Amino acid sequence: MNLKNRNIWVALFVGPALFFIIFYLLYPSIHTIILSFMDRRSETFVGLKNYIYAFTSRSMLTAFRNNLLWLVVFTLGTVGLGLIMAILADRIKYERLAKSIIFMPMAVSFVGAGVVWKFIYNYKPPGVEQIGILNQILVLFGADPKGWLIQGPWINNIALIFVGIWIWTGFCMVILSAAYKGIPKELMEAGRVDGANEWQIFRHIILPSMKSTIAVVATTMIVNVLKIFDIVYVMTNGNFGTEVIANRMYKEMFQYRNYGRASAIAVVLFLLIIPAIIANIKRMKGEES
Amino acid sequence: MSRKILPRVILNVVIIGFMFIWFLPTLGLLITSFRPAEEVSSTGWWTVFNSPLKFTQFTTENYREVLKKGGMSTAFKNSFIIAIGGTLIPVAVAAFAAFGLSRLHFKGRGLIYGIIISLLVVPLQMTFIPILKIYNTLNLSGTFAGLWLAHTGYGLPFAVFMLHNFFQSLPDDLFEAAYIDGASIWTVFYRLALPLSVPALASLVIFQFLWVWNDLLVALIYLGGFKDVAPLTMRLSSLVGSYGQNWHLLTSAAFISMVVPLIIFFSLQRYFVRGILAGSVKG
Repeated sequence: MNLKNRNIWVALFVGPALFFIIFYLLYPSIHTIILSFMDRRSETFVGLKNYIYAFTSRSMLTAFRNNLLWLVVFTLGTVGLGLIMAILADRIKYERLAKSIIFMPMAVSFVGAGVVWKFIYNYKPPGVEQIGILNQILVLFGADPKGWLIQGPWINNIALIFVGIWIWTGFCMVILSAAYKGIPKELMEAGRVDGANEWQIFRHIILPSMKSTIAVVATTMIVNVLKIFDIVYVMTNGNFGTEVIANRMYKEMFQYRNYGRASAIAVVLFLLIIPAIIANIKRMKGEES
Repeated sequence: MSRKILPRVILNVVIIGFMFIWFLPTLGLLITSFRPAEEVSSTGWWTVFNSPLKFTQFTTENYREVLKKGGMSTAFKNSFIIAIGGTLIPVAVAAFAAFGLSRLHFKGRGLIYGIIISLLVVPLQMTFIPILKIYNTLNLSGTFAGLWLAHTGYGLPFAVFMLHNFFQSLPDDLFEAAYIDGASIWTVFYRLALPLSVPALASLVIFQFLWVWNDLLVALIYLGGFKDVAPLTMRLSSLVGSYGQNWHLLTSAAFISMVVPLIIFFSLQRYFVRGILAGSVKG
């Protein structure tokens, strides 16, 4: 195989991917950064105006607050529940069935999941028969039904976040379960023989062995949660104080046709994601060496 | 032994409770989708368990209505068209690239691979406005082709990453032997690398298919207001607005959008899990 021939092959194999990457990711990202310093029609340079808007406007501040709430509750929820299920399911006979059920929501769309849960959260005024199961349970215990998706800022945001947890816990469970099964059983047995209780085994054997996997899963969830869009779009469309950053970007782009602001919000989103990814890469490199 | 019974009971109660909470929402959706309109709006779906064997309380009318009037049958067809193109093109392009980058030795391949992988960090939001502008001048917005190509661009970094890892794990001797026997690069790719990577390709295809099938955002951006090309997710989300409290219709529409992913999930779960493990944990 001569050199000239090989270069043609290289171009044929790698060229198409390079084209797509440049056209769909590299070039537009750079262009968006430029647009973020321009006005709504991308005609005149406006300096930092769009960024000032992105960091000071009321709706953006609400979005930041909500994303932060999502970040904490969603990440702790998915990773925590995923870890609990990974460890507990290992001790039962119907492990596969249990894991399938927890994992199933991962297959359906966020839009579908949004409709599923909107129905769960359905609200009818007190006195009328409830058709949403959550309010039916409240009524059964003698309480008044709640407008789960309307009462802000805590109830509706947590209600939305729980939908995210319902979807992603299975993902965390699958990865954490693989890591858990990789811990030598003798290690835990030795601990038990030495008189350690289950909590001590969890704390001193399981947790340290799974540390890096937990970190990878948690960063993946953090990146996910920063980009969260569909659930909010379908269930509340950002009303009642449930806005998140990605929804703000969409609204600025399509509802208000303000490309400058939309671009600035996209850049902010990008900047928020970078630290999480860098942490991941650093840890991977650390493990390699 | 009795000391061990209580923890066992608690363990099972916790797990079954979990399974119950995770399964209940989908079950409620499925039951509601088969109940007549007036029942759905006046009583909870759990009341069907009062007389579980009374099959006359169920109907398929809701499905007929959303498929026809709700436009879900067109949307179903569109979702298939979008997902098939949006899966085959990126997987093919990624397979070529991953092979070239891992098995053809040329200058700068590490750099190119690094650039592709580093673009995993770019949130899609960073790309929408410039591409939409170009799409509008090329008349690509509102077309299947536009969406296929966009999903190709967006899916590539992950796909290349996954296949590159796989190709690199294949033994070098295998390829050297083939070249010594006089095989061309194309033959090595087509007859050796591809067949060996069927498991990895299967995982990737399932992943990409589900990703495209379930995507809402990319479709919203590039299909805009073009109703006749809208996939299920878009149609369903606009029904949420227009049907409001017509839960008998919304639930059946939602279930229609979930059928294909659920079938794929339950029949190919193994590949699905393998893909997740290959994608997110190193090694």
